[in-house]
Formats: sequence, C-alpha cells, structure tokens
Amino acid sequence: MENHTLHPLLGRLSLDAIPYHEPILLATFTMVVLGGLAVMGAMTKYRLWGPLWRDWVTSIDHKKIGIMYMVLGLVMLLRGFADALMMRLQQAIAFGDSMGYLPPHHYDQIFTAHGVIMIFFVAMPFVTGLMNYVVPLQIGARDVAFPFLNNFSFWMTAFGGGLTMVSLFVGEYAKTGWLAYPPLSGILASPDVGVDYYIWSLQVAGVGTLLSGVNLIATIVKMRAPGMKLMKMPVFTWTSLCTNVLIVVTFPVLTAVLAMLSLDRTFGTHFFTNDFGGDSMLYVNLIWIWGHPEVYILVLPVFGVFSEIVSTFSGKRLFGYTSMVYATVVITILSYLVWLHHFFTMGSGASVNSFFGITTMIISIPTGAKIFNWLFTMYRGRIRFELPMMWTIAFMITFVIGGMTGVLLAVPPADFVLHNSLFLIAHFHNVIIGGVVFGVFAAINYWFPKAFGYKLDVFWGKVSFWCWVVGFYLAFMPLYVLGLMGVTRRMSHFEDPSLQIWFQIAAVGAVLIAGGIGSMLVQFYVSYRRRDALRDVTGDPWDGRTLEWSTSSPPPDYNFAFTPRVYDNDSWTDMKRRNYLRPVKDFVSIHMPKNTAAGFVIAGLSAATGFALVWQMWIFAVLGLVATVGAAIIHTFNYKRDYYIPAEEVVVTEAERTRLLEAANV
Amino acid sequence: MSELVLDPAKAGAHGAQDDMPFHVREHHPENGTLLGFWIYLMSDCLLFAVLFIAYAVLGRNFAGGPSGAELFDLPLVALNTGFLLLSSITYGFAMLASQRAKLGTTLVWLAVTGLFGLGFLSLEIFEFVHLIHEGAGPQRSAFLTSFFALVGTHGLHVTCGVIWLVTLMFQLNRHGLTEANTRRLMCLSMFWHFLDVIWIGVFTFVYLMGVLP
Amino acid sequence: MSAHHEHGHGHGAHSDGHDHGSLKSYAIGFILSVILTAIPFWLVMGHVIKDSSTTAFVILGFAAVQIVVHMIYFLHMNSRSEGGWSLLALIFTIVLVVIVLTGSIWVMYHLNHNMMPSMGPAGSSSVQQMHDMP
Repeated sequence: MENHTLHPLLGRLSLDAIPYHEPILLATFTMVVLGGLAVMGAMTKYRLWGPLWRDWVTSIDHKKIGIMYMVLGLVMLLRGFADALMMRLQQAIAFGDSMGYLPPHHYDQIFTAHGVIMIFFVAMPFVTGLMNYVVPLQIGARDVAFPFLNNFSFWMTAFGGGLTMVSLFVGEYAKTGWLAYPPLSGILASPDVGVDYYIWSLQVAGVGTLLSGVNLIATIVKMRAPGMKLMKMPVFTWTSLCTNVLIVVTFPVLTAVLAMLSLDRTFGTHFFTNDFGGDSMLYVNLIWIWGHPEVYILVLPVFGVFSEIVSTFSGKRLFGYTSMVYATVVITILSYLVWLHHFFTMGSGASVNSFFGITTMIISIPTGAKIFNWLFTMYRGRIRFELPMMWTIAFMITFVIGGMTGVLLAVPPADFVLHNSLFLIAHFHNVIIGGVVFGVFAAINYWFPKAFGYKLDVFWGKVSFWCWVVGFYLAFMPLYVLGLMGVTRRMSHFEDPSLQIWFQIAAVGAVLIAGGIGSMLVQFYVSYRRRDALRDVTGDPWDGRTLEWSTSSPPPDYNFAFTPRVYDNDSWTDMKRRNYLRPVKDFVSIHMPKNTAAGFVIAGLSAATGFALVWQMWIFAVLGLVATVGAAIIHTFNYKRDYYIPAEEVVVTEAERTRLLEAANV
Repeated sequence: MSELVLDPAKAGAHGAQDDMPFHVREHHPENGTLLGFWIYLMSDCLLFAVLFIAYAVLGRNFAGGPSGAELFDLPLVALNTGFLLLSSITYGFAMLASQRAKLGTTLVWLAVTGLFGLGFLSLEIFEFVHLIHEGAGPQRSAFLTSFFALVGTHGLHVTCGVIWLVTLMFQLNRHGLTEANTRRLMCLSMFWHFLDVIWIGVFTFVYLMGVLP
Repeated sequence: MSAHHEHGHGHGAHSDGHDHGSLKSYAIGFILSVILTAIPFWLVMGHVIKDSSTTAFVILGFAAVQIVVHMIYFLHMNSRSEGGWSLLALIFTIVLVVIVLTGSIWVMYHLNHNMMPSMGPAGSSSVQQMHDMP
C-alpha cells in the first residue's frame, strides 16, 4: 500500500512530476507551448475569444457540438498517430545491439497511450460527432432530445482527453496496454500515477459517452418527423439507434470495472489482487464484456455511413433495407455473446472456448449480409466515383480482409498460436482502419459540404486517399507475416535480424499514412481557400436521398422552418420526385433551447476532480466533487432554458436561401 | 414504392394541411425526459450487474477471514428492508398527492420518504462501521471487498436520491407543481423504486444467501 | 427540444402515455412486497429448508416475483408505457444482464477451476482437485 508520505494539499504531486530528463517530452512540450501561444495570439488578434465562447463552447446546437467532436477527434488523431510513428521507428531499428531510441518504460507508455487515444479520443468522438450532426437532420428534428446534456457530454469527453494529454507533461502514463489488466495495473506493479490518469480520463469521458447514448436513443424514439415510422428511417439513423443502445448497456460496465480497479489501487481492496481472494482474471472477463460491444459501437455507425453513400452514389435505393435493419439488430444482440474470444488462451477450457468460438463465427454472418447488400445496390447502378465512394470501395476490400482474419482468429486452436502476436495487431487495425477510419473519412467528405457550405477539394482528397490506402497495406500486411512467424506484440526490441525487413516496410507504410493525414489537413486548408469555387449553393451537392439534404448548407440554427412530413424511405428523393415546393411564406416563430456555460463548467470541475484523484490530493478531490455536484444542482435551479426565434428572423433566413437557390438555377 | 396519393393523414401528421403536403406547420415532439431517464436506469442495471457478478465470483473467497454467516445481522437487514419498502410507498403517496395538485401534502410525504431514506442510510453506515471495527473491512478479503462495493454503491445511490429529494422539495416550494417539476417528481419516483428493486436483489443474493452454509 | 403540451395538466393523467398509480395499487404492491420479503427472511433465519441450494433457489424465486410486483405496482410497468419502448428496454436489459451474469459465472468457474485449482470454495478444495476435466 501507500509507503510514501502525502503532502496535505498536493498529495503525490511535486516538481519531480515534470519530466526534465526526457528530451523527447521536453521537445514536445516546447512545441506545444509555442503552438499554443501562436493559436492564442491569433485568437486574440482576430478577436475570436468572444465568438468561441458564445457560439461554440456554450452552444447546445447539435451541429456545433458535432463539429467540435470531429475537431477533437482530428486533433487527437495527430497525437495518437505521432505515437504510432514513434513505435514504427523504434521497431524498425531496434535489433540486436541497437536498443533504438525509446527505453522500454517510455515505449510501454506510448503503446498504451496510442491505444487509449485512438479508441476513446479519436474513434469515439468521430462516430459520436457524426451521429450528433446527422441524426437530427435525417429525422427532421431541430435538435436532440436533451440539448444541454449533449453539450455536457461533449465537454466530458474533451476534458477526459485533456486529462490524458496532461499526463505527457505532468507525471507519466500507464505502461499496461490500453486495457490495463491487473495485476500489472495494480498498485504493487504500477505504483505510479500512470494507471490513475488512465482510470480517471476514461471515467470522465465514459460518463459523457453514456449520457450521449441516452440522448440519441430518446431523440430517435421521440423526435422523428411525422410519417417517419421506424422502417422508414434512414439506415444511418437505424445504425445510430443500435449503436446508442449498445453504448447505454455497455459503458456502465467500463465505469464499474475501472472503479473497482481504482479501489484496489487506492484503498487496498481485493477485487483483482493476487492475494486475499482476489481474482485478476475477473477483470479480463469484465473488461471484455465492455470491450467487445465497444468495437461494434465504433463500426455500426460507419456501416450506416456506407449504406447512405452507396445508395447515393449508385443513384439507387439501398438493396435489402429490411435485411440491413435486421442484420444491424442481430449484430447488436450477438455482440454480447462473443466476448471471451479475446481471451481464449486464459484457460477457460474446451467447452467454453468452443461456445464463444462458434458465436464469434455466427456474428460474421449478418456483417457479410451487409456487404452483399451494398454490392447488390451498386449492381446496375450509375456509380459516381466521388471521394466518399472511393473511401467506401477501399473499406469494402480492406474490411473484408480484416474480417476474414477475424474469423480465422475465432477458431480457438488457431488463436492459441496467434493470440497477442502481431497477427492480432494486424487484424484489429485492419478492421478498425479499414472500417472505422475509412468510414469516417468517407463521412467527412460526404457531409462536409452540408456542415460548412462548400465541398472538399478533390485533388488533395485523392492524394490523402491513396497515401492512406497504400500506406495502410504497407504498414499492416507485414504484420500478418510477422505474426504468423510468431512475433509477439508490444515489443520494443528484437534479436532476430531476419525480421527487420518487415518492420522497415511497415515503417514506410506508416510514413505514407502520415502523408495521408498531412494531405487531409492540406485538403481542409485548400478547400477553405477555394471555398467560393467549391460552394454548395443548393444544399444538395450529391443528389442526396435523405432529409438532411433538404436543408441549406450549412443549415439554419433551427434546421427546418417547417418540420417535414415523410411518406417513404429515402424521403428526400421521394420529395424531389414528387416535385415538392419549398415553403416560402407563413413562417412561424420557432422554439429553441438556449446556450449555456453549465456543461463546460461542470465537466471542467469533474476533470479537475479527476486530476486531484490521480495525485491523491484528497482535499482538492473532495472540494472538486462538492463543486461538481453543487454546480450540477445549481444548474437544475435554472428553469429558463429556452427562447423563441422570431418569425421575422426565419423569414429573412429563408428568403436568403430562396435568393441563393434562384441564382443557382439561372 | 407507395402510390402517388399524398394523404397527409396517412403520414400520421398533426393538423393535416393540403397546401403543404410535405411539411407540418407546427410540430411539437413528445417530451423525452421520462423515456430518457428510464433508459439511464437501464444503464444503471448493468452497473449493478457488474457488482453482482463480482460478488457472485468473489463472494466465497473469505481468505481465512470471516464469512457472511458470521457477520450478517439479518434482523438489522430486515429492518433496513422495511425502511426502504416503507419509503417506496410513502413516495407513492407523494405522487398521488401531486396528481391531485396538493403541494403541501406532496411535500410532507416527500419529507417522510427522505426520513426513511436517511434511516436506511444510518443503519447501513452503522453496519459498515461495526464491520470495520471488527476487522471485517473491505480490505480483509475479496468477499468483503465485493460486499462493501455492492452494498456501498447501492447506498451511494440512495444518498444521491436523498440529495435529489431535498433539492426537489426546495424547487417545488419555489415553483410549485409545474409541468417541469412534475416530470422531475416522476423521474425521482422511478429512481427511488428502482433502488428498492436493486435492494431486493441485494438482500436476497448477498445477505440471505450469504448466511446459507 | 422541450415539448409543449398546451392542454392542461391538472391531474397529469393518461394523455401523456404514462400510467400513474392509485392508492389501491400502491397498497396492494406494498402488502405483496411485505409478504414476499417476510417469507424468504423466515426461510433463512428459521433454517426451514435443510438443503442450502434449494433454499437459495426458493428465495431467488421470491426475489424475482417481488421484482415483478415492484415493476407493476410501483413503477407502473406495462406494454403501453412510452409506446412500448419502456418494456422493450427493460426486457432487453434483463436479457443482457442474464447473459453477462450467467456467462461470467460459467466462464469464471471454468477459469478458476483450470487455472487456480487450489482456490476451491472454502472447505471443498480437495474434492475439486479430483476432477480432471472441466
């Protein structure tokens, strides 16, 4: 247990926490400070602080919150990918006498942070951001069911990410891998603050995600436009519904398990210890009950994205809508029956392993059905190879390969050979990058015009695309080879020189991916500079099929001057086909929720409490908890949370759109 | 594909308007608060499920220390169960009073509920302190760790419920039985009864089964 | 966004799709719960049934019944609430809880049996070690 004295106010925190002796960290810190000062300087010069606070930080508009999630994901992608580059470089050079440039205790923090950041602070914010932005528009609603809660959820996620980033410069991070198994993550083997940073970042972010799940379910159930029965919803809305159901039943498991781990670490309890009756295998069991549904939370939304993109860019209704819906629901339920395949080798025996191996193979069937449905949609369609469609094709090929290696791993005897080898690493990167990342990029190219009013530059988009696709294969196919040869994951040094060539190829692939990321940033910049040429005037740049394309780009705050009425699937296509007339008169005032600082404040106080808990600054932790709860209670005393957009304002906004549309038609 | 007849009534809209077949003039989506809160309670079921799983797995790991049979004071648990059950019905009385728009009566029954809740918590704290004094604290064994975690988490939830109840009493006093406050009363009602449901699991699975040989 | 039910909410009744109790239903629920609590306590404290496993099953059965009583009489659970979504959510949650609870007990039993054979339940470790297959 505790064998060092705690400062009464600062707990374990002292100036020793700052990594003076780590040159890489010091260099990073310098860059961050300089970059941060530049950004803050620019914001001051262009007087952007006011608008930032009023229009973004305190905004309860689902569109703004969706964009903020995407920005968070993008920023954290840069950090997570920097970790990846560092690992690839280390593994490419550290053979025999060369120990590379990263000592093991640093390397271990990098692979841990890489996993945590990519899953929790890149992939989750990306899919949450997409669902937040698109779902209310697709169902004809003006916002989500609980707009304040939405803002609060975003800030919890962002502050959770912030807490992880702070660990770079104050203290250290966990060295346990992204799931932090005990006993390695217990207090005896990891007495430092790293695992505590891990725990509290995820607890803060996890609350945000859970509440977001509740929010979107209530939104989809209660706020659909008249006539939009469940089986007339867009497929992306269906996959969002199932994803958020998964979030609601899955994230509490993570919260409970991390709490149990932190009790073991802080108070000497015996959930997962090796003595006094604890059982560390229980942690593995429980964390994967969370972990497996989590990967479906990541992938189901992008399956929805692909359904929208394939039908739009094939100019055809999606093939097999009903079977898509059923497949999604089946995947949702089955995702709860496979978790043990993550630890076949832990020793549960033949009967248990067989059961979970079989369920794992069964769950690949509905996914396969979806792929066929997409292919049948494309068949005899008039396919347009715009960027979203390109990313979709890349997804189909890449994800299928990754899925097949997954089915291979689902065979327990095969898994006994390949578990925790680089084959496993290649498999999950294959499905996550091929699935989630390509899907998010497809979605960004698809919905960017809606969000910002202009399309993304095609040339730099294609550069980014090819760098990513070629880079991915170069980076990860060698890992399949290495895994089959028996190379273990998470190693910072190797003895066998015959392996090195594969790691070097992988490093080249990583550099190419870096080019892909860089090109995407260039794409954003160039698109902004060329925005007038790329302008989306009509709001429907792709001849879309769902309701979000009936609004202007970007949509007004209230989304729809009049709530649409729905008759069929692909409601917008239906409306266009029936020569609908956009209403231009008789506008009414619109009831909207007000912006608020409460979400930012409460989330900030939670994160501060988390920081205090990490360093065992008990007084501050208690104060922080009281302040957080107090702020939340004070917020509940605010009963005046909405206002009306006057009809005159709606008239002006809609008239402007009428003018734009008429100019475009000339 | 559907036929070309645009019948707004078929689309299930409010206030059919023939001049705007594709739009509704004023749309008021149903309030989602009660459903949303119910869904949050479902997530809380999973949280407690994990704690029950931990107790199921670790609940006989006494590590040479005391077992449930030696520690659990069933009459005390019965009394506690009684407090919680009574608090459920007194909350029900508060809800009935609120439906009859009787603010004063509502507040009285809420106060009684809160007192029962505090009674429950006091007994539980007394039990915990006593166990710790006996050397049977959460650090003694995995059995006791999982016991304190499950029962303690339930107690924390009850504590939050009491704080919420007091806050809501202030808000009722200030604003009366408005629509928003009625919604809050209904949410707290769901929360309170849900905690009694979890307690049924606790007293059965932990206490009663815990003393069985 | 917040809704606007312009019609009066004097008695907050069935126009909003939620059932509210009556004095009678709360009373019935309470009395049933008292009975369903008293019997298990009596069974255990009075050592009425000799066999522990049987007793355990019986009191778990009583718990399940009492939970249903609470759902119906206190939480007003029915298939109409929120257009059926409340019941659907509840059933879905219960199914998942059963899966993870029984699944975890099954998995952990096998793991502990195979990987920690000395850690049997108190007093029966020597019997455990006689088994050779899970």
